[in-house]
Amino acid sequence: MTVFHKMALALLLLVAAICATPAARAQSLEPALSRLAADTFNDTEAAINAIAASGDPAAADIITAIAEGRLLVDPATRKVYVRTAAGVLQDAASGQPIAGEAPAGLKAVRLNNRVRRAIEAAMGELTLLSRDPGRRLEAARAVFKSRDSGALATIEAALAKETEPAVKQALAEARAAIVLNKADASEEDKLEAIATLRGRGDQDALALLSGVPSDAPPAVHNAAQSAISAVQSRLALWETIQNAWYGLSLGSVLLLAAIGLAITFGVMGVINMAHGEMVMLGAYTTFVVQELIRAYNPGLFDYSLAIAIPLAFAVAGLVGIAIERSVIRFLYGRPLETLLATWGISLILQQAVRTAFGPTNREVGAPSWMSGSFDVGLLSITYNRLWIIVFTLAVFALLLALLRFTRLGLEMRAVTQNRQMAAAVGIRTSRIDAMTFGLGSGIAGIAGVALSQIDNVSPNLGQSYIIDSFMVVVFGGVGNLWGTLVGAFTLGIANKFLEPFAGAVLGKILILVLIILFIQKRPRGLFAPKGRAVEA
Amino acid sequence: MIPSPLTRALDRNARIFLIVLAVIAVAVPLSNLLLPPSSPLHVPTYVVSLFGKYVCYALLALSIDLIWGYCGILSLGHGAFFALGGYAMGMYLMRQIGTRGVYAHPILPDFMVFLNWKELPVYWYGFDSFAYAILMVLLVPGALAFVFGWFAFRSRVTGVYLSIITQAMTFALMLAFFRNNFGFGGNNGLTDFKDILGFNVQAQGTRVALFAISVAALALGFLICRWVVTSKFGKVLVAIRDAESRTRFLGYRVESYKLLVFTLSACMAGVAGALYVPQVGIINPGEFAPANSIEAVIWVAVGGRGTLVGAVLGAVLVNYGKTFFTTGLLAPYWLFVLGGLFVAVTLFMPRGIVGSWQHWRQNRRERADAASADADAAPAPRPAE
Repeated sequence: MTVFHKMALALLLLVAAICATPAARAQSLEPALSRLAADTFNDTEAAINAIAASGDPAAADIITAIAEGRLLVDPATRKVYVRTAAGVLQDAASGQPIAGEAPAGLKAVRLNNRVRRAIEAAMGELTLLSRDPGRRLEAARAVFKSRDSGALATIEAALAKETEPAVKQALAEARAAIVLNKADASEEDKLEAIATLRGRGDQDALALLSGVPSDAPPAVHNAAQSAISAVQSRLALWETIQNAWYGLSLGSVLLLAAIGLAITFGVMGVINMAHGEMVMLGAYTTFVVQELIRAYNPGLFDYSLAIAIPLAFAVAGLVGIAIERSVIRFLYGRPLETLLATWGISLILQQAVRTAFGPTNREVGAPSWMSGSFDVGLLSITYNRLWIIVFTLAVFALLLALLRFTRLGLEMRAVTQNRQMAAAVGIRTSRIDAMTFGLGSGIAGIAGVALSQIDNVSPNLGQSYIIDSFMVVVFGGVGNLWGTLVGAFTLGIANKFLEPFAGAVLGKILILVLIILFIQKRPRGLFAPKGRAVEA
Repeated sequence: MIPSPLTRALDRNARIFLIVLAVIAVAVPLSNLLLPPSSPLHVPTYVVSLFGKYVCYALLALSIDLIWGYCGILSLGHGAFFALGGYAMGMYLMRQIGTRGVYAHPILPDFMVFLNWKELPVYWYGFDSFAYAILMVLLVPGALAFVFGWFAFRSRVTGVYLSIITQAMTFALMLAFFRNNFGFGGNNGLTDFKDILGFNVQAQGTRVALFAISVAALALGFLICRWVVTSKFGKVLVAIRDAESRTRFLGYRVESYKLLVFTLSACMAGVAGALYVPQVGIINPGEFAPANSIEAVIWVAVGGRGTLVGAVLGAVLVNYGKTFFTTGLLAPYWLFVLGGLFVAVTLFMPRGIVGSWQHWRQNRRERADAASADADAAPAPRPAE
């Protein structure tokens, strides 16, 4: 064919497209629409298929109208109307709004499951050829799920002219799903289908491949078997990756909850049973901030967490300093008494919050950038979990930097290592005690902001974290922030890997028992401090 | 003459305490059974049961005081031993229901029929016998304490670390008992008891008898504790409390002493739980909650650790306060009171009620001695505390 011929053909097609005015198209729909007017299920199904096959641009709208009960028939005149979603009545054939009063006695075309299936298949075919690649992709996936052999011709047509790689892939998979289920497909086609499904490699592919009958030709059967084992090993790999990801996610939550305790308990040696309540105060601060934003400036909602973080740090930190100044400083060197007193404080704080905000769960919303998820391979990663991991690591890094590079951090370390000597060189040790406790509590408050996104904000919020937090700190080794990090992620990942075998609750029990046994073996944790200070 | 262990154990205070217990054990049942309800001295049955509950708590407090007050082991998981004793008793009571349950199964308790279990699990065997159940009440908490203590004390887990892992222990047990397939009734626990040794648990006479038995058990527990702490063994315990390393260097096997007293204490807590269950009529996994164990510790702290009598007094007072507060208009404020109590006692009254009183009396006596000595000679310098 010469260039001229090609151009002539293109021109011809263009002209045909221009000529296809609504009136001309209505012609092609007319017989199908009149079948709809009969309103028997057989006629409706046939009409749907005819409309879908007509290639008319209004076809999708009409079929959607049938599905949603908006296609109306006038039994007297046997005319068909579409009521648009906005409520305007249109003539189905011409697509023009009708003038004057709506005819009386209109009734919607009835549906049954067979008709709904026909609608689904027709919509799939129509959208497969849509201009929007997103819709084509969606349609290809729908066909993959339905495995409707009637769509095969459309799929192949679409496949032939598809250019988007992702859509092409989805179409090929849809075709494979149909071909594999089709009894009269050729052996080569089936082998090709199996190869395609093997490449897809997820649960759906596994189900399809397992559906290959054992009396299939030996080549097909063998290919299916090897594909099944390949898919299975791929699935196992992804399950491991998924467990590791969930474990990282749980570990980051544990770390977030424990990191403040690593300061108050780990560095200062104060058994702070009210630590969980500091987390709770942070979560409630988030709640209050969001309520205020909702009331006064809803546009700021996406920034609510960013606003809540410094406030939660301040609220929890100040409460922490108040607790240290009023109670804990009188109890240094008496760890068991500290434990009891801080437990009492935790009860008071819980009841105070219950009195102020009520005993029920409070709704803390998620900003838009924290909702939703994306896929990596077979793994679905939700944004809020991802952000919490990032946030936790950021908090951890900041805390390390603060202890390492600031004057306050230097003084903190000095006081923990040798109180008398620190006092002798002019450090106000009691002020440093208060600041350190405030820092630990403030970080717990920040943790509360993040945990409010994944947990119920109730007065009991802190209670559910306190035992876990202590386990993490003790497991990781008291007085060692890196130990806390390793401890949290180890426990998180171990927990998630135990869950598939033991179940969630039993997994947790096992972890607790393992920690109890571990502490027997290494009473000072994974990264125990060395030297004389140990026995002090 | 060397005093016999019994006279040594029973100093004046201890004798007074035992006499008070004996009077209560006799007078309360008599007043309940013999006096007409109109009499001002009549004790209603529900009050008898309520105080029976307090007496069980007192026995639990006593067991905590024995290890915390005299050996410095702060267990935040003693509620677990209490609950295990309670479950052992509850299993006996479940087996006694027989065909009177909702599903009228002759062997299986209702919840097992409900879960579609066909056979009694092996660990439920034998609980139709009261003697076996009583044995288990002592053995199960004792064995758990022995195994737990064996590991913990030998590897020298002490102080706060021990407290935290005991808390983890009771938390783990709570999670386990909440599971339906664990075979202890899951969330609902064991309840709907009918009779104990053939007597209806709801009947007035049974309730009064259970009260008297609980008081007797408390008295016996008190005697055992007194005997332990006044013996040479008890002196070593106090030495361990005050200077563990020094005691070890003197040649005592600290871990064995700790293990023995920890196990004994767990058995006492188990008995307390076993007496508690028939009086309140239910045992569920909530009893394992770490908060319960910590609350029991505060009873001892309020009464005075290391005084035994104080533990009993503290348990009864705090629980009476709890009943008083949580049944009236003040219910929302109970946690403020309890929390405040934790803080106030540790800050202002670290010796507890009885401890402070003893301290005050001792100071007064010393002052009196010093005053009489003044008449003879120049005032001697006061010894440093």
